[in-house]
Amino acid sequence: MRSWKRWHRDARRHPLSALVSLITHLAALCTVLILGFLVAYILINGIPNLKPALFSLTYTSENQSMLPAILNTCTMTLLSLLLAVPVGVGASIYLTEYAPRGSRLVALVRLTTETLSGIPSIVYGLFGMLLFGNALHLGYSMLSGALTLAIMILPLIMRTTEEALCSVPDMYREGSFGLGAGRLRTTLCVVLPAAVPGILSGVILGVGRIVGETAALMYTSGTVEKIAGLMDSGITLSVHMYRQASEGLYTEQAYATAVVLLALVLMINLLASRLAGKITKGRQA
Amino acid sequence: MSNTFTVKDMNLWYGDFHALKDVSLDIPGGQITALIGPSGCGKSTFLRSLNRMNDLVQGCRITGDIRLCGEDIYGGMDVNLLRKRVGMVFQKPNPFPMSVYDNIAYGPRTHGIRKRAQLDEIVERSLRDAAIWDEVKDRLNRSALGLSGGQQQRLCIARALAAQPEVILMDEPTSALDPISTGRIEDLALDLKNDYTIVMVTHNMQQAARISDRTVFFLLGEVIESGETEQIFSLPKDSRTEAYVTGRFG
Repeated sequence: MRSWKRWHRDARRHPLSALVSLITHLAALCTVLILGFLVAYILINGIPNLKPALFSLTYTSENQSMLPAILNTCTMTLLSLLLAVPVGVGASIYLTEYAPRGSRLVALVRLTTETLSGIPSIVYGLFGMLLFGNALHLGYSMLSGALTLAIMILPLIMRTTEEALCSVPDMYREGSFGLGAGRLRTTLCVVLPAAVPGILSGVILGVGRIVGETAALMYTSGTVEKIAGLMDSGITLSVHMYRQASEGLYTEQAYATAVVLLALVLMINLLASRLAGKITKGRQA
Repeated sequence: MSNTFTVKDMNLWYGDFHALKDVSLDIPGGQITALIGPSGCGKSTFLRSLNRMNDLVQGCRITGDIRLCGEDIYGGMDVNLLRKRVGMVFQKPNPFPMSVYDNIAYGPRTHGIRKRAQLDEIVERSLRDAAIWDEVKDRLNRSALGLSGGQQQRLCIARALAAQPEVILMDEPTSALDPISTGRIEDLALDLKNDYTIVMVTHNMQQAARISDRTVFFLLGEVIESGETEQIFSLPKDSRTEAYVTGRFG
């Protein structure tokens, strides 16, 4: 009550600052409420519909099992990251550590990545279908899907990695060069490890986009409800949910899928931050 | 005493800016040489030319002749090997974000030493030589970033020693430290000059007078005067040196 009184007194003395403080508090509260409502809504509608049968190995139109889709999602995530992370991190290392500062090529690459990150995902889907599916004869397959998603998250990985590398203080680089280390050793042993938490946060964002992607995958990896190999068409969890919801017959199952999707993303994020903690252990004070 | 560095007619430009003008200087071995002068006079730039750290600065151009024990360091010498022979301690302590042990072992590992027993020995000896062993021996595997500023700077000196250099360049090594830590670094420098040649940039004239054998006074990119520290501080030949060391400008 005392703090309320004090707030009242401050508000009378500085009405404008009290107003701004009120607005920012409300804005913060709003975001939390919206998120809370969203999660609660999904959980309330979804959890009662979570039945063991939804996790059987095969999908039939009577039993909308999501296990194949869960496994495909994991495959798709791993495959896309495997393709995008080495290229993205490699490109960023070139841009920050090797390329001469202020070079035209660097400016061009930056412009390209920025443009790429603004393209709607359905355009990536169409592009993936035309290039990987048709021109390269990969058809509807996990590989076409993963290649498409890899291109889609590449700008994200590059931007976060670049930021992470740039934020590594130059005094570390100088220290390393001063001991007679070359650029390669400096980058691999000093700069890159110091940038790992930043890079991982980019990867987490990338995972979020892969797991949540539908438009880019419908034309590339397809909608077959089976546990898919590299060259098979297979559905991921988000596409599975989109299909259930849009067909109108399986709304309950769609909610159940949403719960699993939510849990999956949460798990991946926790895993990644645990991993980051492990890697940086013994490094930070 | 033979000269470690012999510098002749050295000029350095950052783009269009002529930062060092016709510098000729001998730096004798086994002594502490202090470089003094007001900010922006080129003393740090000169120091960083001695192990070619200026190579990393875009638009930096150097002419003239710098020799380390007779070898031209800008002519065909492997720069990484040069930096192994000429170690450096920076103004701000910059331990790597890794364990104390890995910090010290970084230099030797860079130069191909992989055997654990040998590394253990180098790490212990370097830390003892830098007078920090007793403070860190129980926390070799903990992060170096948890040490205090003064400890971090001695760790950086130990890290430089571990690469087994002949010369140690120190770029205002105590300017970020408190007086007690400064005193310890100065004592350390005095100990180390028996085995290494030390070149130190300092803003602190008392420091130069306390620990250096020779002093070089820089002004606006030129060497105004160099000689025995006692002579520079008591009987400077140039009026500008006198004005600076007595505190009338700078």
